Amino acid sequence: MLSAAAYMPLCPLLGFLILLAFGRRIGIKYSGIVATVAVAASFVLAAISWTGLLGISSSKREITQSLFTWLPVGSLQVKVAFLIDPLSITMCLFITFISTMIHLYSIGYMKGERDYVKFFIYLNLFVTAMLVLVMANNMVLTFVGWEGVGACSYWLVAFYFEKESAAVAGKKAFVYNRIGDVGLLLAMFIVFARVGSLDYTTIFAHLSAFSPLTATMLVLALLLAATGKSAQIPLFNWLPGSMEGPTPVSALIHAATMVTAGVYLLCRMSHVLELSAHASLVIAIIGALTAFVAATMASVQRDIKAVLAYSTISQLGYMILAVGAGAYVAAIFLMIAHAFYKALLFLSAGAVSHGLDGERDMGRMGALRKVMPWTTGVFIVGWLAIAGVPPLSAFWSKGDVLDAVFRHYPYLWALALFTAFLTAYYMTRMYTLTFTGEARYDKPGADGAPALHAHEAPWVMRIPLLVLAVGAAGAGLLNLPWVHNFGLEEFLSPVFHGALYNPHEGTSLLWLLAIVDSLVAVGGIAVAWMLWRGKVSAANLEPDFLTHDWYWDDLYDTVFGRPGTALALFSATTIDEKILDGAVNGVGSLAVQSAQRLRRIQTGQVRQYALLITGGMAALLVFILMRVF
Amino acid sequence: MLLAATTSFSLPSIDYLAILPELVLLGGALIVLLATSMVRGGLKRNIATAITMLFSAAALVTALVQWGRISAQGAETTIAHAIVLDGFSTFIGVTVLCALILSVLVGHDYLKREGIESSEYHILAMIAASGAVMMGQANDLIVIFLALEILSIALYVLVAFNPLRGESGESALKYYILGGFSSAIFVYGIALVYGATGSTNLGQIANFFSENQLIHPGLFDAGLALVLVGFAFKIAAVPFHVWTPDVYQGAPSPITGFMASVAKVGGFAALIRVTIAAMNSQSASWKPILYALAIATLLLGAIVALVQRDVKRMLAYSSISHAGYILIGVEVGTLAGTSAALFYLFAYSVMTVGSFAIVTVLGGDGDSDHDLGRYRGLARRQPWLGGALAVLLLAQAGIPFTSGFFAKLGVVSAAINGGSWPLALVAMIAAAIGVAFYLRVVVLAYMGSDEADATDTPSSQVNPQTRHAQSTLLLEGQSVATIPAVSVPLLSGIAIVLSVATTIFFGVIPGPLLDFAHSAAQLFLA
Repeated sequence: MLSAAAYMPLCPLLGFLILLAFGRRIGIKYSGIVATVAVAASFVLAAISWTGLLGISSSKREITQSLFTWLPVGSLQVKVAFLIDPLSITMCLFITFISTMIHLYSIGYMKGERDYVKFFIYLNLFVTAMLVLVMANNMVLTFVGWEGVGACSYWLVAFYFEKESAAVAGKKAFVYNRIGDVGLLLAMFIVFARVGSLDYTTIFAHLSAFSPLTATMLVLALLLAATGKSAQIPLFNWLPGSMEGPTPVSALIHAATMVTAGVYLLCRMSHVLELSAHASLVIAIIGALTAFVAATMASVQRDIKAVLAYSTISQLGYMILAVGAGAYVAAIFLMIAHAFYKALLFLSAGAVSHGLDGERDMGRMGALRKVMPWTTGVFIVGWLAIAGVPPLSAFWSKGDVLDAVFRHYPYLWALALFTAFLTAYYMTRMYTLTFTGEARYDKPGADGAPALHAHEAPWVMRIPLLVLAVGAAGAGLLNLPWVHNFGLEEFLSPVFHGALYNPHEGTSLLWLLAIVDSLVAVGGIAVAWMLWRGKVSAANLEPDFLTHDWYWDDLYDTVFGRPGTALALFSATTIDEKILDGAVNGVGSLAVQSAQRLRRIQTGQVRQYALLITGGMAALLVFILMRVF
Repeated sequence: MLLAATTSFSLPSIDYLAILPELVLLGGALIVLLATSMVRGGLKRNIATAITMLFSAAALVTALVQWGRISAQGAETTIAHAIVLDGFSTFIGVTVLCALILSVLVGHDYLKREGIESSEYHILAMIAASGAVMMGQANDLIVIFLALEILSIALYVLVAFNPLRGESGESALKYYILGGFSSAIFVYGIALVYGATGSTNLGQIANFFSENQLIHPGLFDAGLALVLVGFAFKIAAVPFHVWTPDVYQGAPSPITGFMASVAKVGGFAALIRVTIAAMNSQSASWKPILYALAIATLLLGAIVALVQRDVKRMLAYSSISHAGYILIGVEVGTLAGTSAALFYLFAYSVMTVGSFAIVTVLGGDGDSDHDLGRYRGLARRQPWLGGALAVLLLAQAGIPFTSGFFAKLGVVSAAINGGSWPLALVAMIAAAIGVAFYLRVVVLAYMGSDEADATDTPSSQVNPQTRHAQSTLLLEGQSVATIPAVSVPLLSGIAIVLSVATTIFFGVIPGPLLDFAHSAAQLFLA
């Protein structure tokens, strides 16, 4: 049954190829279905492989499936091979499941779009790349998937490329990701220099090859990669811009799957992370800071998707924080739970804006619970889930993270707890602005925009919402703290064995922490409810400092942007045009001139050719005989 | 007396399986001759193509069967040690047969377009291919010579087989005279080597050198130099390349593609066998020669290609330059070098036949339209054809994600690891120059518009200096009327798709071909 695993990335790849070659012939009616079926098949294969893996005793669940040798370069043999272990299968299961739901939703959401087929081509390619990323058994293949999802992300962020903001956002996402990619490349170089192989199993078998300093450098390089892909400080700015893409893309790529690649990478390399406590501390600090900073930014957004984008950064910060605290299972648990509730929130936000002719400003919403009862219902589930209200999923998953952090880094725990309060706050603010209060969409906008007619989403969009709502509510069941022979903890711990910290606290302490978490969540909701009920805007609650993202972009602009542009201009006008072009043109004209001379050899006269051959022969003879005598 | 002479000459036992691919090809040629003499008109062509395809495919299958036998039993010599059956010979066989199959596909449509009903094309192509396959198997200088002549004579005729093409006759005559000239030098070289070592058999020559030390190497070295001249002519290494541009230009385009790949593969096969298998101990003699040839070939090919206006001539110089890269692999002489040369030969053959297939299609009636101006705006008129051309040319330039990249990477890294880093440096310079003339065609196909005047290149915001460079690199003011789109015939289309797909496939997943070349070089009977 495990042999099914290798076909997992092939299904969406096949879907991609079919749509690429025959997309136009298949047409709008069926191409969405083709893409959805391809991904659903992949999910079925993931489930089959999972049962296959369960059939093996837990210590042996690490199977490599080698397809072929891709790059045999000297001692470096890069294979296209998949590592099937609990971690990769867990990732595959939730990736394919969420992808299927979002594909299904997209059939309805993208209806009537001009590039409908192209959208599904990208989406299928994305799923292929994502599966390659998580299944790869070596860093090079992971990098292929890593770049693949990056490219798809770029194309999909800039999907409405006629809009300048979308094109700019695409570029921004691309550039920030490239900076992160350098980290992964550096990590590969370090590993290859020390171990001589890039296979994960080989690396983990040669951990002694890393001195403490090398290990720290390696982990920091990996962290750089993770900050790019998973939108952490200092490379988080691209994610809010990526909301220019269609909403299903935001849900799939920029919330549920791609952005978790950085967290996955760190978890995959957990054995290396354990070699350097300093680096782990840095990871934890980056995670906690990002979670906090992004949560403050989320508290002031007016755009319905922007709130969710900042919230995603914040939640990814929690995951990175968990990794830094050595709580890898908690990180993965939060990743899965987050995938459910954040996809749900994005898709219901998409349903709201879909029902309002694409309007995304919360200032023009309000009282939508009357027109969109289904959407409101599922949104409430997502809202309470992310806020951490028991017994919904984030209460358990975020709770696990907080417990681990409490044990390791008490100061960061305090910050993370405050962030949890902010989370409840900004989500409640978002709910009240959108669904309660006075209806504002049926009046003309302040800038003269026409009144909007609101309607509920169609069924093809509602079904995925309902499924995801069930997931968002119940994902906590995957890893209940008092159940020990079932669940993620049990399933994943062999992957992290030595690296895993033991989370089992005294029961009373666990209860206490859970009660604190719940109080914070309820407190955040209550505060926001009191402050925002019946309001549309409140200047004192939305300071400039926060609406301008802590002036983060301006800082980058001043420090990197302007000097960079000046340097580029200098290179372009002075160095390139005068020095390099001069040299190139010189060499070029030299080549052309010598060619003009050399072509005269070619007279077309056979006797001259024969003479030349004889001359060449004579030269060779003289040359070789000179060596003899 | 006569009786005594005949009885003392005992026929060797013949291992027919060892030479089965050649036999299948020759048999196929005879059957085509027979079958097509009985029918008339277009049917003749169809039958000839069908039989040729069938027999080429059968030969390919036998080559793969041989591969199985070699993998199981190891390399061996047979038929009085004059023929080798090893991984190397199989690789050469597979390469030649792939080129043959692609060329026949292209040739069929060419014959149809030109209204030629005879079947010489098929017959001669099969005979030439059998010669080239034999070159890979020959283990005796005399057999190499025979195989070389089987290959060459068929090619001389092929160049001239279209009686309606005046320039073909001229080219064929030039090729024939110079070919005969170089063959004579080659045979003289064989005689000197025989005089020095007492044998023409490569195995015995190798044995001779393992047991003896030449006190006066002059005779042998002179013979070796002359033999190398013969090979250098065949593979078009500078300065023995002079025939190439004229002949490539004058020959019918599908023949040019066939010749460019098959003749070069055959020549290199025998060259590698002679230098690395038989005379490895004498590498001090042949390495400097190949070194010098490689440098001259790389640079001259790349530089002169820059100023060609005729696409076939440009590709001729490009193929000269390619020979330089392959020579690097041979010169290095290591396992990595040989397998890189083999990889290069395969990648090169496929790219070249594919490129000339496109040239054939675009050549139009009479196969005469090969001016660069013909390619202006091609990608807009015919995006698929333009895309295929771009892929094949970029592959020849060595751009990543094409087999050409790994081909160049292989020889260059083999040269660096083998200590010939100056060669690697020259190769990279030549590659950089090469990009210019390949891209020139691609740019023309993608940027040039149908109607626009050539001087009207988008240069309004470019400074005069660059504009000057552009106009010398692109086209000197030539007014192009609207160029009609050409329809791509089915079989040619298949050949183009196959070559593009192969080029991209082995550019993305080079592993299988690298493995094949590596084990072919390992199963080399040294």
